[in-house]
Amino acid sequence: MLKFIFRRILLMLPVVFGIIVIIFTLMYLTPGDPALSILGENATPEQIQAIHDELGLDDPYLVRLGRYFFGVLQGDFGISYKSGRPVMDEILQRYPYTLKLTFASVLLGVIIGVTAGIISAIRQYSILDNFFTTFSLFGVSAPSFWIAMVLVLIFSVRLKLLPATGSYEFKHWILPVFTLGLQASASIMRMTRSSMLEVIRQDYIRTSKAKGQSEFITVMKHAFKNALVPIITVIGIRICGFLAGAVLVETVFAIPGLGKFIIDSVNFKDYPIVQGGVLWIGLNCIVINLIVDIIYCFVDPRIKSLYALKKTKKQKVTSITAQGV
Amino acid sequence: MDNELLKINNLVVQYIVDRDVIEAINGISLTIHDGETLGLVGETGAGKTTTALSIMGLIPNPPGKIAEGEIYYNNENLLKKSEKDMRKIRGKEIAMIFQDPMTSLNPVLTVGDQIMEVIKLHNKVSQEEATLRAKKMLEMVGIPGERYNEYPHQFSGGMKQRVVIAIALACNPKLLIADEPTTALDVTIQAQVLDLMKKLKEEFKTSMLLITHDLGVVAEVCDSVAIMYSGEIVEKGNISDVFRNTLHPYTKGLFNSIPDVNSESERLESIPGMVSDPSNLPKGCKFHPRCQYKTAACEEQNPELREISPGHLVRCLYAKQTIEEK
Amino acid sequence: MTIMSEITIVKNKGAIKRKKNTPMYEVWNRLKKNRMAMGGLIVLFIILLSAIFAPYIIPYDYAEQDYDAKLQLPNSEHWFGTDNFGRDIFSRIIYGGRYTLFISFTCITIAAFIGSIMGLIAAFYSRLDNIIMRIIDIFMGIPSMLMCVSIIAALGSNMWNMMIALCVTAVPEFARIMRAQVLTIKEQEFIESARSIGASNFRIIRKHIIPNSMAPIIVQYTLGAVNVILMSAALSFIGMGVQPPTPEWGLMISAGRAYLRDQWYICILPGLAIVVTSYALNLLGDGLRDALDPRLKQ
Repeated sequence: MLKFIFRRILLMLPVVFGIIVIIFTLMYLTPGDPALSILGENATPEQIQAIHDELGLDDPYLVRLGRYFFGVLQGDFGISYKSGRPVMDEILQRYPYTLKLTFASVLLGVIIGVTAGIISAIRQYSILDNFFTTFSLFGVSAPSFWIAMVLVLIFSVRLKLLPATGSYEFKHWILPVFTLGLQASASIMRMTRSSMLEVIRQDYIRTSKAKGQSEFITVMKHAFKNALVPIITVIGIRICGFLAGAVLVETVFAIPGLGKFIIDSVNFKDYPIVQGGVLWIGLNCIVINLIVDIIYCFVDPRIKSLYALKKTKKQKVTSITAQGV
Repeated sequence: MDNELLKINNLVVQYIVDRDVIEAINGISLTIHDGETLGLVGETGAGKTTTALSIMGLIPNPPGKIAEGEIYYNNENLLKKSEKDMRKIRGKEIAMIFQDPMTSLNPVLTVGDQIMEVIKLHNKVSQEEATLRAKKMLEMVGIPGERYNEYPHQFSGGMKQRVVIAIALACNPKLLIADEPTTALDVTIQAQVLDLMKKLKEEFKTSMLLITHDLGVVAEVCDSVAIMYSGEIVEKGNISDVFRNTLHPYTKGLFNSIPDVNSESERLESIPGMVSDPSNLPKGCKFHPRCQYKTAACEEQNPELREISPGHLVRCLYAKQTIEEK
Repeated sequence: MTIMSEITIVKNKGAIKRKKNTPMYEVWNRLKKNRMAMGGLIVLFIILLSAIFAPYIIPYDYAEQDYDAKLQLPNSEHWFGTDNFGRDIFSRIIYGGRYTLFISFTCITIAAFIGSIMGLIAAFYSRLDNIIMRIIDIFMGIPSMLMCVSIIAALGSNMWNMMIALCVTAVPEFARIMRAQVLTIKEQEFIESARSIGASNFRIIRKHIIPNSMAPIIVQYTLGAVNVILMSAALSFIGMGVQPPTPEWGLMISAGRAYLRDQWYICILPGLAIVVTSYALNLLGDGLRDALDPRLKQ
């Protein structure tokens, strides 16, 4: 098992390297002189040159890339142009908000989505199934920020039940988590339903019934466990998607999370933050990828055997993509 | 061999798909006695699996419907039983082996687990006791007991089918329904599995309904045989009667199409035509479009099952005649 | 043989009697039976028409500002009301459809094209496979929202750069799908037989591999388009895409935020337009997926 984990980490290193290169290169290409961002418009040429020397801004591309790369390996993501503080500190100050939002929403999404998906699958074409299907289709068709605003309109403005912005108390979190939770439950429900429908058709479900097993246990023990792999994939995708895309909800609800911080930093031209923030979230997603792959082994013994035998990457399980809104 | 364990009376099963009513089974009657092995032979689409599933009560309810008939098990009509009562019967009194061992086992549970499941469902035993029994069942079908914790994908096709047999026989059912148990296996494995089934059948004194399209298998294992065509039984009787004194043209066609190593024929004999579309059955005898002996009467009238000699029944207007022609 | 396969054999025997029997016709027939998918198709068609003919059907010019009429609730003159500049929202939404359709259609088509070619090359020439797939993995490792943000930060915030970014993030999925399909088909026996009669690589690709790989690509095309629509709206919402005064739906939502309390329609209605378009595309995509599924459904 450990050998497998080690091997997977080894396989991910080139990808990590590639990500660092791409993000660094993109930021390298941004127009504008960072020195001006730090010093302001009225800087003298000497001051500008001093900053250039200090930050090594005149060095060739590869040198700067190398410097950045080794910095990252040590946990040094650079210094913010705006605040002068280490990028890592700024990130870690805001990341907890994004994390909280992401995991709470995905948890809510899993609870609602999996339950609804299972019910939909075993009572296909019933009224409940139609309702859930329609609702989930709606959830994957609507932008999260719009759902957020509809909820704000109903619960904050009209009913005056919940606050629209802020993040200090529990009640501040209800609407944001609900917004993303609804979205998550939509895609999770769709995948649960389709995966369960696939599985229910299988012969071993008939075998279970032929043994005299009750429908409930057949569904939960036999069907669900087999349906789990794609569902876990979707959950992983959702987590990565929210880490990246929570910016929209954070904007609407004024939550000081990492996503919003990155966008603000783009507007402030504080590129070390943008670079570091994107890289940080990217790395987190890779770790989530890895965890999901490990979970697969516990759920489906065939995948475990596949990993034990094969040295090359998996073909059966899809790698996790992250999608924004 | 006297008690009638299973008695099917005039069973009619329909499927309603897209507003078409398909008659899968058109009124069949079968009897299986204690300890008897009845072979059910026919082509794909004849209704054999449907018969088996009707006994088990596993016909998917839309779109399937049991329109008429009774199925008596130990003199109780299974069709009138509640789902809860049927669950007590499935796996314990009547067990079923399905056709494709590759997909009949749950891939994410160990084989031991799956055997244990049926044991624990019908017996109040402790975990240890159930585990022990499951291991014993594995040994009985020729798989080392230590492989109890392995997963289905770690077994070959033949061994998977043995596991399926182990599951079916774990609670010592009185009736075993085997739906083409060896079709998906290659010939040498087929022989092994059949031997195993014969052995277990004798040991446990299980009655069996063996569904197959292979007459060779029937000859090996069965005491009596029923030939099905287009949802009806066209000939039934005990093995020696049907094999030596074949009456129905379809049955004769089946026997003739078995290639004979010794003969010098150049072409394989086959029965011309195809099985009729169940949603559009021909009028009169269902086999007449393909029958070489057909007459005008065959196109009008669907014959009843007649007893030609004791225990040997045929659904053909000219059955007696074809004996005389010999 | 399971019962359902017995039944489907039987039903198919009836189907053989039909005249035209090409795969495309089969698929179209199956799709037609799916009423939800056809509904989606019709809605999309309406949206397309209204976008194409927008300048002729909108009652007001989308950029025309009329301060006397500003912030009006929906009424008989302005069906969807007016915004804070006095612009007619209905006209802006209809006209905005042009941007939505143009952006999504262009990006997804280019991405499908590039991605499919990459996937085809990767599957066919195994020496390049590793490199290409590594690159794909790297691009997939960065969440697409952040990838777009980075690209737009580097290139500048406008519609064209946003389209470049969206295109880049849509390519990897197509490459993966195409590669998987081609790898599977390549191993199948009919390819071997084509080779054995002397068919060239190019011919094999053109006649056998591409037609058989199309199914999941087509599905991804529609579902990927939904993604592009949602992301372009999101990027415009946070100011990194289309710039004002363009009547792009996401931008309109962001502009209307301040007026959520009383003139909620300014931002809610454009969002509804997004939902309707995406919903219709999703229905179509799901329907296509079912219709193209080689296994007949229950």
